[in-house]
Amino acid sequence: MGLLFHIGRYFAFLGSALRRPQKGRVFIQSTLVELEAIGVQSIGIVALLSLFMGAVIAIQTAHQVSGWIPAYTIGFTVRQTMILEFAPTIIPVILSGKVGSNIASQIGTMQVTEQIDALEVMGVRSISYLVLPKLVAALFIFPFLVVISMVLGIGAGAWVCNTADLSSFADFKYGIQIDFRAFDVTYALIKTCVFALIIASVSAYHGFYTSGGAREVGRSSTKAVVYSVVIVMIANLVITQLLLT
Amino acid sequence: MIRVKGVSKSFGDKEVLHGIHADFEAGQVNFIIGRSGSGKSVLTKCMVGLLEVDSGTVHYGQEDFTAMGQKERESIRLRIGMLFQGGALFDSMTVLENVEFPLRMFSEMSSEERRQRAMECLQRVELEGAEHRFPAEVSGGMQKRVALARAIAGRPKYLFCDEPNSGLDPQTAIVIDNLIRELTLEYGTTTVVISHDMNSVIEIGDNIHFLHNGSVAWRGDRKGILDSGVQELDTFVYASDLMRDIRKQLQGR
Repeated sequence: MGLLFHIGRYFAFLGSALRRPQKGRVFIQSTLVELEAIGVQSIGIVALLSLFMGAVIAIQTAHQVSGWIPAYTIGFTVRQTMILEFAPTIIPVILSGKVGSNIASQIGTMQVTEQIDALEVMGVRSISYLVLPKLVAALFIFPFLVVISMVLGIGAGAWVCNTADLSSFADFKYGIQIDFRAFDVTYALIKTCVFALIIASVSAYHGFYTSGGAREVGRSSTKAVVYSVVIVMIANLVITQLLLT
Repeated sequence: MIRVKGVSKSFGDKEVLHGIHADFEAGQVNFIIGRSGSGKSVLTKCMVGLLEVDSGTVHYGQEDFTAMGQKERESIRLRIGMLFQGGALFDSMTVLENVEFPLRMFSEMSSEERRQRAMECLQRVELEGAEHRFPAEVSGGMQKRVALARAIAGRPKYLFCDEPNSGLDPQTAIVIDNLIRELTLEYGTTTVVISHDMNSVIEIGDNIHFLHNGSVAWRGDRKGILDSGVQELDTFVYASDLMRDIRKQLQGR
């Protein structure tokens, strides 16, 4: 019953969030602020993780294939891993820890300090005002972050292959070009958009229904991350099954 | 005016408000007083629509607020200003942005006009010079004044103040009380103050409702409150040694 209650309330919450903004100009300004908070402030961590993961995947693959499988396999594996799974799934999972907890704690703090009551009394539709800019910003910026991750990861793989003499640049380049299907990128971006919506909305939901004080805000923040990650994983399975089989 | 008729509200098995009747007059400072847990905050939240009543009605002028849908209520809410107990200032905005916020959302003013109106309100609460600070950078008393400035920015017809003096020193509390009184007279608002601060009640209360166990146990003015003859109210009013001494002195004259 508890689960059904939360599912029902989540979709009602989402319905309220997706209502037309009361003031277009305020909505655009809020969305720009969220783009900075969700996107620009996440570029550093995304770049760092992608560079190291791309390099590590290249080294691990070289270690596995050395001697009996063509060297271009390293480039191929780095490309496929970055495009299909690391960038579109692991990066959003990491962002759910950074962005999701931030959204939940921000809205949760507003709830327990009566800031949301203040919005309601003024006549502001608080859910739409607070959540819609975050949804739009996440939906818009996550694909960019994921593309940055793909490029940096593959670039780091090429760099490490070259500097550690794991394979020639020509082999690596051949590997990232062989059997390339543009649909893989489309699939990655589709699931990135779905994950962006899940992370922003689930985190906002947990923040919005916080009651109590600082301890409950912390709990909501933790719940937001845990539930976002679990739902992202389930969605990942469903989308992969639907799009790749 | 605001008229509350037969409002009841329960949470689970616990009935917090039992058929409350109360009239809050325009141009007056109306108080809802009572001990902690007497239902003051619940009644206020029912009046502004943060909680739904189980039965009864709340009328703003001739309009039945409780019968309205969310969209219709927005038209009433645009006429409401509220000072929350903790200030409820938006901590990501500066003092000036906080005061400007209702105007930015609901008026067609230009940014210059909004700024001018917000500065007028800040001057009214004697906070000019603090406009670029964030709420966390100003004192509790200043936060209350910013919240008051925000509440009056849209020239509300109805002003709610929830525990305006809680956590403030006596001198700052008097400043806030006087501001509420002056603003009520200046704007002709129907002001509803929720408090258990007897100093405020005696200082500025025109129309006082005493809540006890979820019912209005007494209503009257600040003169009548000192000698109400209602035991629960006497216990509330004369809770401190100081008030009991004052009572003895009054009786001795």
